[in-house]
Amino acid sequence: MKKLFLFLGIVLITLSATAQNKNAKVSFEVDGICGMCKKRIEKAALNTKGVKYASWDVKTHMLSLIIDERKTAVKTVQENVAAVGHSTKEVATTEEAYNNLDPCCKYKDEEIVKDHEK
Amino acid sequence: MKNRIILIIIALFPMISFSQDTLKGMAMTNENGQISGIPGATVYWLDTEIGTTTNDKGWFTIKYKPEFTKLVISFIGYKTDTINVTSLNQEIHHILKDESELDEIVIESRSKTTSFSYLSTTNIIKVSSEELLKAACCNLSESFETNPSIDVNFSDAVTGTKQIQMLGLNSPYLLITQENIPSVRGASQAYGLTFTPGTWIESIQITKGTGSVVNGYESIAGQINAELVKPLTDEKLFVNLYGANNGRLELNTHFNQILSDKWSTGIYLHANNRSKENDHNGDNFLDMPIGNQINVMNRWQYQNAETGWVGFLNLRYLNDEKQGGELNFNPDTDKLTTNAWGSEINTNRFDAAVKIGYVFPEIPYQSFGFQTAYSKHKQESYYGLRTYDIEQESVYSSFLLNSIIGDTRNKFKTGITFTYDRYSEMVELVDYGRTENSIGGFFEYSYDNLDEFSLTAGIRVDQHNKLGFFITPRIHLRYSPWEKGVFRASFGRGKRSANVFAENQQLFASNRTINLIDSGGKIYGLDPESAWNYGVSFLQGFNLFGRKGDILIDFYRTDFTNQVVVDWENPQEISFYNLDGKSVANSFQTEISYNAFNNFDLKLSYKFYDVTTDYSSGNNSKPLTPNHRFFVNIGYKTPVKNNSYWMFDATYNLVGKQRFPNTESNPTEYQRPEYSPTTNLLNAQITRIFSPKFEMYIGGENITGTTQENPIISAGNPFNPYFDSTMVYAPINGANFYTGLRFKL
Repeated sequence: MKKLFLFLGIVLITLSATAQNKNAKVSFEVDGICGMCKKRIEKAALNTKGVKYASWDVKTHMLSLIIDERKTAVKTVQENVAAVGHSTKEVATTEEAYNNLDPCCKYKDEEIVKDHEK
Repeated sequence: MKNRIILIIIALFPMISFSQDTLKGMAMTNENGQISGIPGATVYWLDTEIGTTTNDKGWFTIKYKPEFTKLVISFIGYKTDTINVTSLNQEIHHILKDESELDEIVIESRSKTTSFSYLSTTNIIKVSSEELLKAACCNLSESFETNPSIDVNFSDAVTGTKQIQMLGLNSPYLLITQENIPSVRGASQAYGLTFTPGTWIESIQITKGTGSVVNGYESIAGQINAELVKPLTDEKLFVNLYGANNGRLELNTHFNQILSDKWSTGIYLHANNRSKENDHNGDNFLDMPIGNQINVMNRWQYQNAETGWVGFLNLRYLNDEKQGGELNFNPDTDKLTTNAWGSEINTNRFDAAVKIGYVFPEIPYQSFGFQTAYSKHKQESYYGLRTYDIEQESVYSSFLLNSIIGDTRNKFKTGITFTYDRYSEMVELVDYGRTENSIGGFFEYSYDNLDEFSLTAGIRVDQHNKLGFFITPRIHLRYSPWEKGVFRASFGRGKRSANVFAENQQLFASNRTINLIDSGGKIYGLDPESAWNYGVSFLQGFNLFGRKGDILIDFYRTDFTNQVVVDWENPQEISFYNLDGKSVANSFQTEISYNAFNNFDLKLSYKFYDVTTDYSSGNNSKPLTPNHRFFVNIGYKTPVKNNSYWMFDATYNLVGKQRFPNTESNPTEYQRPEYSPTTNLLNAQITRIFSPKFEMYIGGENITGTTQENPIISAGNPFNPYFDSTMVYAPINGANFYTGLRFKL
């Protein structure tokens, strides 16, 4: 019993000790407006191999990630997010991907953005 | 340091804060029951530019105007919540839900007191503390009376104990936990639910069907978890007084103190006294036992946001005394004699529990927790000429690790559990003492595609000295093909050792002979119980005339591979034997809840149970279990004016006819018909909230005064062989009116 705890403890300590570049925290701004955008952005981010955790804030437009830097780079995530229609400062989305967005998610349309603010 | 404590204490009193146009509050998280403040969370008024962030302790102060009513709190990794703010005189204590948490409910803009989850993989019903205010809810067993998923029945006419049922099965088939530590089990099975005072309960989560493997292998029909109030978030001072015309008086006090930014503590005291002797049906037996209870708990809570460590320490002592039986029974002279029939049940219990949790500060999805609990439960009792003493000493420990596989769509929980139970049990002169222990490991994987599909699959392996080595698989699926429509399915197995006497203690209040058919098994000569549970449910949220509602339909089937059959079919005998054949419980429930107009909620439910067992006398339905039940609950809250409002609540239960166990071989005067009549039960309560600090309530239970006329067979001659107090289908005592008050600081 005692040994088992000791073993688990050691496992956890080693996990966190080597966790430095495996669990890199990054965040950047992604264009979007609503809850549906949030779902789409997070899904695209998580679909990138090496992304462990993704959360996009509707209010601040910040996407927070925990990524394994050995497996992926921020750029790759940005490309994947752009591929589903959401631009970042670094990677802009294509016209085609943007047009595929649901009507309520057209963040470039000022009227729609205004609608969300109501 | 001292200054900091003072600061926090000041922050706790919005009443004495200087500025009147700011609102204060705290944003918190709940990690496995450990609550801590969130630094840096965003707080803003909906549709405005006014916003702020929380400080390093999770506190925030935000500008307030009366036209601002919706406060939004958000933080990375947590669900964004919108809170209705009705006045400045409230302080916001809000717990954000982990975005990935499966077992929780999204807070809707209008909060409901009982809610179904659209996101959870399991069919889980969350009962908030506000729901518990709808009835007096003096203890945990009474807190289900406004909830249709759980049925509250009377077990016998002597002890007045209420027994709960779910899916047509008695409470031993439910896993009842207190903050995820198994609590009502073994020796405490019969009366344990009355040992948790209602005011201690913060919320209740009810899982229908097979539960999670994390909390053990024992649950078969479902799981009930009660979260208790926490020193950090509970009122600094809380006093509740309750009095009823049946002579029951209760006192509850809570004292909570935040000692530093890391430590807080609380002392919770409950005392009740029932000294009035009632005998409304004139059978010379007390309708309810007289007695008293003292229950004291001390909690310590630790949280350190910087290091990620959290912890709880709980200590509890209980003493409960009950006396029932004939009015002229005097324990000093008549105990264990035939002068008069009487019963005394004295219980002493001590509990200690420690919980420690750690969240990796850099990796929010990874955490581990350790909990260990010790309890010593001692019951000394006699019923007429029979004595029954049981003592149970228990240790429960578990270690749990939460993490992910690849990314947060694939999560797992894994860990080990250790249990130890030592029983000394004396039934009259027979010693049934025994020791049970087990060690097990579990692994639960959950997948969520963040959209319409999620799955939880768990497996555990246990080595138990009486049950042997066994595997417990459990699976839950959720599929949401369209908005607010959720299909769920679950199946899994549970296994347990039946404590035949502790669970069926009402048998002692009869002169039935005990017939324990030893078949060479390891527990009372019987085999362990095991059953598969399968369930499907469908939940659909709707909008009708611009008002929200839900409709829920579920079907569950419990199929026993072995059961310890409790056979009441011979009126002179109670038999316990291993199932030979089939034993099945089918349960169908449909429920509609609808917010018909502002602040008015309606809940309707119909339940159908079909519970049958192969007895030695042939297949028959479970006695005293109705096939049909109908339930209505209405609640209305008046608009808030100057911080005060009214709350009106009423619950109506229609219980179909119930089968009496066979009494044909008794003399005619001691026979019961085949079926009981249909019964009605109406409860109502009016609550007046004078201010956030003070409220009063008045209510009635069983207002129509429905009672069972002649609940005890052979009450006039309790020492003849026909005496039996277990055939109860309706309340014994008539209408009961109560009043009470709640004061908090």
